[in-house]
Formats: sequence, C-alpha cells, structure tokens
Amino acid sequence: MGIEGVGARVARKEDKRFITGGGRYVEDMVVPGMKHAVFVRSPHAHAEIKKIDVRQAQAMPGVVGVLTGKELKADGIGNLICGWMIHSKDGTPMKMGAWSPLAVEKVRYVGDAVVIVIADTKGQARDAAEAVEITYKELKAVVEATKALEKGAPQVHAEAENNLIFDWELGDGKATDAAIKSAAHITRMKIVNNRLVPNAMEPRAALGHYDKAEDHYTCWTTSQNPHVARLVLSAFYNVAPENKLRVIAPDVGGGFGSKIYIYPEEIVCLWASKKTGVPVKWVADRTESFLADAHGRDHVSTVEMAFDKDNRITGLKVDTIANLGAYMSLFSSCVPTYLYATLLSGQYDIPAIHANVRTVYTNTAPVDAYRGAGRPEATYVLERLMEAAARELGVSPAELRRKNFITSFPHQTPVIMNYDAGDYAASLDAAMKAADYAGFTKRRQDAAKQGKLRGIGMSCYIEACGLAPSAAVGSLGAGVGLWESAEVRVNAVGTIEVLTGSHSHGQGHETTFAQLVNQRFGVPIDSVSIVHGDTDKVQMGMGTYGSRSGAVGMSAVAKALDKVEAKAKKIAAHLMEADEGDIVIENGEVKVAGTDRSLPWVQVALAAYTAHNLPAGMEPGLKETAFYDPSNFTFPAGCYICEVEIDPETGLTEIIQFVAADDFGNIINPMIVEGQVHGGIAQGVGQALLEGVHYDASGQLLTASYMDYTMPRADDLPSFNVSTSNTPCPGNPLGVKGCGEAGAIGSPPAVINAITDALGVVDIAMPASPSTVWSTIQAKKH
Amino acid sequence: MYSVNYHRAASVSDAAKLLKSGDAKLLSGGMTLIPAMKTRLAAPSDLVDVSRLKELQGVKVSGKTVTIGAATTHYDVSTDENLKKACPALAHMASLIGDPAVRYKGTIGGSIANNDPAADYPAALLALGATIITNKREIGADKFFKGLFETALKEGEIITAVTFTPPAKAAYQKFRNPASRYAIVGVFVVKGKDGVRAAVTGAGADGVFRSKEIEAALAKNFDVSALDGLKVSAKGLMSDIHASADYRANLIAVMAKRAVAAAIA
Repeated sequence: MGIEGVGARVARKEDKRFITGGGRYVEDMVVPGMKHAVFVRSPHAHAEIKKIDVRQAQAMPGVVGVLTGKELKADGIGNLICGWMIHSKDGTPMKMGAWSPLAVEKVRYVGDAVVIVIADTKGQARDAAEAVEITYKELKAVVEATKALEKGAPQVHAEAENNLIFDWELGDGKATDAAIKSAAHITRMKIVNNRLVPNAMEPRAALGHYDKAEDHYTCWTTSQNPHVARLVLSAFYNVAPENKLRVIAPDVGGGFGSKIYIYPEEIVCLWASKKTGVPVKWVADRTESFLADAHGRDHVSTVEMAFDKDNRITGLKVDTIANLGAYMSLFSSCVPTYLYATLLSGQYDIPAIHANVRTVYTNTAPVDAYRGAGRPEATYVLERLMEAAARELGVSPAELRRKNFITSFPHQTPVIMNYDAGDYAASLDAAMKAADYAGFTKRRQDAAKQGKLRGIGMSCYIEACGLAPSAAVGSLGAGVGLWESAEVRVNAVGTIEVLTGSHSHGQGHETTFAQLVNQRFGVPIDSVSIVHGDTDKVQMGMGTYGSRSGAVGMSAVAKALDKVEAKAKKIAAHLMEADEGDIVIENGEVKVAGTDRSLPWVQVALAAYTAHNLPAGMEPGLKETAFYDPSNFTFPAGCYICEVEIDPETGLTEIIQFVAADDFGNIINPMIVEGQVHGGIAQGVGQALLEGVHYDASGQLLTASYMDYTMPRADDLPSFNVSTSNTPCPGNPLGVKGCGEAGAIGSPPAVINAITDALGVVDIAMPASPSTVWSTIQAKKH
Repeated sequence: MYSVNYHRAASVSDAAKLLKSGDAKLLSGGMTLIPAMKTRLAAPSDLVDVSRLKELQGVKVSGKTVTIGAATTHYDVSTDENLKKACPALAHMASLIGDPAVRYKGTIGGSIANNDPAADYPAALLALGATIITNKREIGADKFFKGLFETALKEGEIITAVTFTPPAKAAYQKFRNPASRYAIVGVFVVKGKDGVRAAVTGAGADGVFRSKEIEAALAKNFDVSALDGLKVSAKGLMSDIHASADYRANLIAVMAKRAVAAAIA
C-alpha cells in the first residue's frame, strides 16, 4: 500500500489548518460593502400574523433594510420544496403545506423566520430586530405526533387534514399477518426514538452577494452539497438562474445531515442582497441552531416480531408515526420511508415484513436526516426487539441473533434491499471476544458486591450506504439522481488536482482522496490537491451524506483515474516504443514490464502537455472527467457491545466498555475510519444516555442551550474498543462500503439493551438520564 | 450584547461611587453576568470591574478564622495550601465548580452575590455559618441568602470578604446536572462548634436551604448510620426536565450520606 497509499494510516492533511485556527468558514468571508443580517423569529409555536410594523426598525442607526415575506413573495421567490415524492397507500401524493422562506400569514413553530433585518453591524441589526413590531394572534399548538393525529388537534397546515402528511406502507401485509397468526412466539413492543438536535460545531451561515455589474449571484453557505443548493435555489426558488449563481461551501464545521438542506436563510440572504444592493451575511447563534436547524429522529413505533418454535423469525410488523415538524424539509419524506423501512430486515433472514409509516405535521422544528437518517430508527426497532425476544424466549441474545443471520449472498430482503456481501457472524464473534462476553457473569457478580448494577447489551446493525443508484431512487420518488462526478487534472509537472462533487465537512477527503491518487501513480499526497465545495470550480456533484463519499465519490475519482492511467500508458508506450499492455505505473515510475526501461511520472505528464511527440491523433493534455452512478447500495454492518454499571442510588450510568466490530469493506485510511466510528458512537451514546429535545405543551423549546441540552462530553464516554473484519464490497471499484454513520446507527440499542439488562426491565426511555434510570428503578420496586 | 460603559474601579470606595452611575452592575469574574449580557438577558448601562482589586483578593487563615477576599477566584480557593489544612472541604468544593476556565475567572463574591439556586458556594457558606462582610456591614449566611438569585445585599453594597471558623469536620458532595454540570443536588455538611449544619443547593424551590431532617439525625450521631432510612420530603423542592422533586429528595439523602462518609473519613 505504500506509506501514503490506500490502507495507510496517514495523518490528515487538513488538520493543520483546522487546529491552528487557519480554517476558512463562511463567517470568515468578507466582501466589500458587506452588511449583517438578523432574522426576527416567531416566539410562538402557532399563531396568525396580524400585522408587521417595520417603520421603527427601519429608522434605527445603521439599518439598510427590513424585509418581510410579503415583499419576498411579490418578487416571485418560491416556497421551500421537498425533494422526494411519497405516495400514500391509497395512491394520493403526500399532502405538503406551503413553507415560505419568510412566514406571511401564519407561524408554525418557535423559530419560524418572519422578518430579515440588515444593518452595518450585527449589533445594530439585533437592536433593530427588537424594534420590529409583529402582532400575533396565538393559536393552540401541538407538539407530539401521536397527539397531532387525534381528532380535533390543532391543524398545522390546511393542506394536511388532521396533520397527516402521508400514510405509506412497504412489504407484504398479508404474509406478515399470516406469520404472526401462526407464530409460536410473538414479541410486542412500543418503541420511541427520541428527537435530537444535530449540533454541528459550526452553526449555519449564509453570505449572499448580488453583483449588479455582472448580474451575477454568489452564495457562501454552510452546505454539505453546494451543487444541489445551486440547483434548488435556481430551479425552485427563482432566486437566480443557475448560470448566474455560484455557490461556495468553504470549510464547513460539521454537518451530520443538518447542512444538506437549503434553508430559508440562504434564500432570503441572496434575495435581500439584490433587493438592498449590498452583500448580506447571516451567521446563526447557538440558540438559533437549536430552534431552526432541522432536528432528527422522533419516531413512535408499535412493533410485533413473530418466531416459530425453533426461534426463527417468521415475520415483522412495524407501525410507525414519524414527526416531521412544522414543515417538510428537503429530504424529510424519504428518511422515515425508504431510508428506514427498507432496513427493517437487519442482518436477519425474515421471510415477511410489513411496515406502515404515517408522517405528521406538528408545531415543532422541521425534522430531517441526522447522522444515519432512518437507519438508526430501523436498527433501534429491530435490535430492541431481538433483545426483548431473547429474554422472553430465555435464550442467549447472541445465539438468537446468530440463528437468524443471513449467511448467503446476494440476499434479497422482503423490503427492497439486495444485500451484496457480509459476514455477520464474524463481527459478532469478534465483538464477543473483544468484550470478554463470557466473563460478564463474574463481572456482574463483582459489581453487585459493590452495590452496583451491571448490564451488557449488543446490537447487530446493518445500514444501506453509498447513496444511491439513480434509476432506483428515481423510481421510488427521488427528485434527483445520486451519482457523483470527478475530474482528475494532471498538471504538466506531474502534480495533480482532483475535483470532486463530494464535500468534506470533517470527513478528511483532502487526505483519503489523495491516498487514492498516490496508490495509482505514486505521486506524494502533498502533490495532490483536492478541490471541492465550489460550483464554479467543480462541474457538478451531489455532495456528501449517507456515507456516500467513499463508495460513490471516490468511485468517480477512480473512474477518472482509470481514464488518466489509460492515456498516460498510451503516451508512455509511444515514448518508450513499447506495447501499451506492457506498461505499469509503480511508485512514480512508468515502466515497461519485464525490462529496465522506465520514465518518471513527471516526464509522461510533461509529454502530454508539450505535445511534441504524442501518438498519432491523440489530443494534448492529461485531464479526465467521470460520472459514477452506483449499481447498488453498499451494506456496512457490524456488532456493537456495551457494558454498563449503574449506581442504583443516583441512577447514574457509567459505560464500562464499548466494543465496535464493523465491516466497512476495504479501508482507505484506518485512522480516519476509527475517528468516524468514535464520533458516531459518541453521538449514539449521546442519544441513548444524554440528548433529548423537550418542547413544552405550548411548543416552547425547553432545551434551547447547552444548559439544558446534554451534549456528550469526553468524560461521559469510555475509551472505545474498535476493530473491523471486512468483506470487500463487490458493487464498486474500490470495494468500500462507508463508515460515517455506523457508530450512530449501531450504538443506541446496544446501550439501552445493556441498561435494561442491568435493571431487569423491558424498556426505558431515551435518553436514559440518571433521573429516568432512578425513576425506572423506583417503579420496578413498587 | 448591548453597548455598555466599562469602568475599572481603583478601590472598593471608588467602586461604590461608580455604582451610582446609571443602571450600573458590579463585575467580578463575570461568569454569569457576561453570558447573560451576551444573550441580552441582562442590560446594565455600566459595568464596574472589581476583579483586579488587590484588597479583595486572597485567602487568610489566622488562628481560628478563615477570611477569603470577595474577588478570590475558585482556582485560588481550591489550591490554597493553608485553606486545604484549615478547611479542606471548602477547597475541595471550589475545585468542583464549573470547568478550569470558570475556576480561573469566577470568584467567591460573584457567586454568592448572584446566589444561583444551583451554585455551590451558597451551600458551603450556609453550612459553615459564615459571615459575609460588605463595605457597609457584616451579614450572617443565614440572613444573607434569601431565595432564587436574591440576597440581603442592598443597592450599592459591595461584598468585600467572607469569613468563618473552620469546623472540626466538613464535606461537600454534589450530583451534577448532566447538561449544565451545575448541582442538581449538592449537600454540604459541617460538624462545628455550633453543632451540625447541613445545607442543600440545587434542589430548593426557594434556593439554598438548611435541611432540618439531616441536621436532626446527625446531631445525635455524626455518622453515616444516622442517616440510614432517612426520608427527605419532596415538599418545597424543584421539579424540572432534569429532575423531579422526588428524585431530588432522594439525591439529598444520598449526597448527605456520601458527604458524611467523606467528612469522617
């Protein structure tokens, strides 16, 4: 692999600038004449806007503009869209209510943007924002999805009767019902997946700049997919035609899904820049992030799993209500459907599955993809069920899983997915060995002597990554294709630029993508630059989410590298008067196999550009483009084991050990993979033990700062024990599966299975905070 | 933050004068005031900074009296060698406040003047029966802490120091709010010349308070066994998204036991 090639533990090139304060984020961008924006947001969860008086605000010092939704609408700016059409089981399309970038008639959640105030300084904009007078007529609000479906519940959008957006199903209902009817054992549960705030380190930001002289727009934004932002801003929001709009997503400090979507703020800043004639910058403060970033999860499911007399799963029936908040965010419809129900087979051979999903409007922040997006919810349902079933059946949770594992591939599940490769028993064995599973009983006894409650829990997860085959997702309702593009430019001196439609916001692409090039041509990674995040530089791309940058983004790079390699070999063969088929490229040398003839890489590159001596008819230059559309999803999988110790007096849970045994396919950089797993587990443990959104009944967000929303801290977590046992992915040229979301997907059920094991209870709500654990212990006593 | 006039006081009397201008507020470590100003929840016209006044800084242990200047940081309290000998429980308590950044900036005077219902110092000073010295008078801790964010301080009054007699035995135990890391319950127990005192922070609906139940049990026998089976009433305790009153009542008993165990260890 070489010291910088594929599989090498190379330190991240980008970290020097990040850890020395050299990163350049949207907030660092300065344009001459730039002004600062503050959004006036709704303090009410549900209210009619009776009157907006901006006169006093307009007269405040430094104020350049105070703009409302009426003016925005008058300029023809469109409503926000949802990019994935879902049809209810009765054939009707999803019932989507209008989402205006600035609310016009009604506000529907606390944080809904109503007015933008633009001033010389942010302080002046804040002062003026306080002077905007908005008269509201408050309406009753509803925050829980189950309550929103009740008769007489407050109606969030007129378009969605009783707040039901769609009532969708997947799988064979009849076969599943039959399996349940003839089951030897049925495990039934109600499973709640708590709502989370993504909490990227860098808050969202947008800088809109309309250049009147050029009649051209530039938008710097904290985006995971700048090209999609450009497409949507232009095609649907009428902000600017695509050829006159440049979107730049520079260094972005974390996304976790929350920066996939095109939010009202980018739209409004761009529009306001043209309207006021000045560049307009907005940077969210942390409270705005809590209020108005798309949240994640928030499912309530009723589930039944049927077993035959040999403890083989015969059927799974899932009925889920998903809270989508006040508006349908860009991919909100596909998260609880095609990214969720399609994974309900897990690692198991289940002959019949039926899932019914109802999505619901409430007076809360919009809910969309958050690290894992649907797959953590599916895994939580399945792995909580498996644990509960094992306890009911009186068998080992590990052996019940093992008995039901899928063992031959490819495997077609009853819920669309076709698994291409995997070895689930290998991960299970590796995790059990690493966790000394066999020694747990003794450890539990020792802990009991100290008055502590020990528990152990596991989770065998699978996810679908490498999003996604374009034709397949198109047939399921996606509004976009999910291929990726790349361009490899070899310069005349042999250095290389790789332009990619993937976007790095913490993933380390500048290192891993360069390792791919190093592997191919032997060029040091320092001589390879990765260019991304700018629609003027990169031709097109679909961005980074769904653990797709490796499987899809790098596959596009590999395809472009193939073309470059082929041309370089042709040139070298010509120069060395050898057969093209005999040319090999190794360690920066272009050689004729089996001879001592060779040329340095740089000389081949130079020859391509001097063009003094190229094969007849060959175009000069060494630069190739490729689009890669995957043929299938990829299926990372693994086994996580969590061991906890609970102090029954206080309810405090300590994670004694956390073991992750993953199958990610081939690995480009093990250090970066481990970092991804660590971060994912931290977020998963966060969901299970610490994080949870609380709205009160009137729709006020009670967890709107770190004083009340518990972010995981280093001392909440153990030192993780991570390893991989990999089966290469047959579906892409690199054999990679993706690792970005696994930790967040696999860990919550492992933690909760361990806690319920320790307490001897069937279920406990997430987050299992000390207070919740203590209350559970008290309830069990009585 | 709204715009504000900043003054660095030259002395306590200078600070007292400056406090008369507009809607002025005293600034010490600023660990509560500055965040409140940043979020526009506090909007003083003037800030009078006393954090650098030498006369307000330092821990003095002389004979049977400990005196701590109002602008002494938590870090300085937690690391003072004389205090660690005279009253290790208080030094330990100070080491548990916030995080290192907070401990390097936050001060004892600032903490007790703010009287946050989840702050640590109010419990310590109440249990120690400390005296709060201001530029005008001396106030006993029992009279000083008056409810949520309320104290006996009058307009323009400046805390200059805190003084107490080191007790024979004392310890503090707290259970942290998982999010804010403030105390959900903190219990400071003291066995001193005036008997047993136990003060609870983080839990009371009216802020810091002395627990009669714990004090009565420990007065007979200052031992963990004296608290066996202790039932603390949930009446008058806070309930919020982090902890119910019942849970807090339980934690008071648990933390009291652990504090006594630490005090007699």
